Amino acid sequence: MEFFFEVLIGGLLSGVMYSLVALGFVLIYKASGVFNFAQGAMVYFAALTFAGFVDMGAPLPVAFVGAFVSMIVLGILTERVVLRPLVNQPQITLFMATIGLAFFIEGLAQIVWGASTRRIDLGITDEPIPYILDRFNMVVSTFDLIAAVIAGALVAVLAAFFQYTKIGRALRAVADDHQAALSIGIPLQHIWAIIWTVAGFVALVAGMLWGARNGAQFALTFVALKALPVLILGGFTSILGAIVGGLIIGSTEKLAEVYIGPMVGGGIENWFPYVLALFFLLVRPEGLFGEKHIDRV
Amino acid sequence: MQNYLSINNIEVIYDHVILVLKGVSLTVPQGGIVALLGANGAGKTTTLKAISNLLHAERGDVTKGSIEFQGKRIDQLTPNDLVKGGVIQVMEGRHCFGHLTLEENLLTGAYTRSINRAELKNSLDKVYTYFPRLKERRATQAGYTSGGEQQMCAIGRALMANPQMILLDEPSMGLAPQIVEQIFEIVKDLNSKENISFLLAEQNTMVALRYADFGYILENGRVVMEGKAEDLRTNEDVKEFYLGLSSGERKSFRDVKHYRRRKRWLA
Repeated sequence: MEFFFEVLIGGLLSGVMYSLVALGFVLIYKASGVFNFAQGAMVYFAALTFAGFVDMGAPLPVAFVGAFVSMIVLGILTERVVLRPLVNQPQITLFMATIGLAFFIEGLAQIVWGASTRRIDLGITDEPIPYILDRFNMVVSTFDLIAAVIAGALVAVLAAFFQYTKIGRALRAVADDHQAALSIGIPLQHIWAIIWTVAGFVALVAGMLWGARNGAQFALTFVALKALPVLILGGFTSILGAIVGGLIIGSTEKLAEVYIGPMVGGGIENWFPYVLALFFLLVRPEGLFGEKHIDRV
Repeated sequence: MQNYLSINNIEVIYDHVILVLKGVSLTVPQGGIVALLGANGAGKTTTLKAISNLLHAERGDVTKGSIEFQGKRIDQLTPNDLVKGGVIQVMEGRHCFGHLTLEENLLTGAYTRSINRAELKNSLDKVYTYFPRLKERRATQAGYTSGGEQQMCAIGRALMANPQMILLDEPSMGLAPQIVEQIFEIVKDLNSKENISFLLAEQNTMVALRYADFGYILENGRVVMEGKAEDLRTNEDVKEFYLGLSSGERKSFRDVKHYRRRKRWLA
């Protein structure tokens, strides 16, 4: 039984890391109705920038601020150059634009910081917490736990921001109807610049945590793919959904690997989430917490 | 009467090729209700969008003429600046934010104003006095409300911006006649009590001319007729073409042809 819980907790904590990436998708999807293909590239760019500043000798907080400023600039530029000329275009057009953006950001990151892997050391050890090890005889990583707490805090803040602030309300309004938002004087440009900046911030946090675990390397862009089943499960429009989806994906993939894996020869961790997502698409296409499509007939 | 909003001979082209407005001029006096009438595709909505500067988002452009509000050119302002300046459009088809509650919808209307909580509450209460129905249903997501409630929500949302002039596009669309009357009564009320000027585009000529002071009739992107509302209402041509009333008994085919000829002459 202890082993079961150890696997479950490990899965939940790694799920939080998926949630963190999924969160970036949700933000942009909520505000512009676009699946931002470039989210993975943004995570990579943020991680590499952060690591780059650290390698140049900057202390961690300075590197963090520097990387955040870079993400703000990236967000504003994206709005100016990519989104503004495409106002009111079909969403597939915007989606294609984000694919292009993904390649651009990946290339930009490599031009500026080089293509080699950089190490990120946040000063958090990846060792079992002694207390839990002694008391319950379970291995729970300190790093995982801290990452989970950070992600949880981030989600709480974002959820409150969307629900209760004027800008949060405007963001949701823009997500519902660009034109109507424009007609009552909500400046789309500002809203988009804000949302891309916030998504950049989330990408930075995700990039730092993932980078600390796996190194700031190109493979980070593929982490975004793991966010897909999370989004399908939780719903593209729900911040809460991103978290719950992440937890479900994280825990089920680990549990499936341990308990079902041996029956089929192992290695199912990599594809199991997608099968789960596929099943969800059939049963509940808007996801667990996604907004229902409201149509007047 | 002082000219509050004036449009001088504007031409609007969509996508650089499609000429939609071919020289439209009109004025709205302060505190007036002016109706913009005409059939589908006459250019009513385009005229309103030219004023509110929502055209750019649809690849439309005002290529000639000028638009002035309180003596200042407004044709190069962003919608955001324009709403701050007191001109707001209520779009055709209501366009409420479906996933926001009615109250949140109203609150987004105040986005351009920097006001404190108490003032915001005041504005909200004021809108609720005009639309008590919205207060009853304020916690409902707008997507689940009826067409009439959505229209009220859209007008209420515009009111939250504290406008001096509202461009109202087809408020009667898809609503039961009784609800249409209700909405127009409120428009009249807002006009007399809050001194808000209205430019309203309508296909429902009968109702619009009953509530408006002045009317313009658009056809194929041109103003073909203008006059005081009661003059238009009694005008034989308007009666025939837009109100569907004719003086005599049923018309024969020859009269229909006659009508076509007359209409062309008008244009």
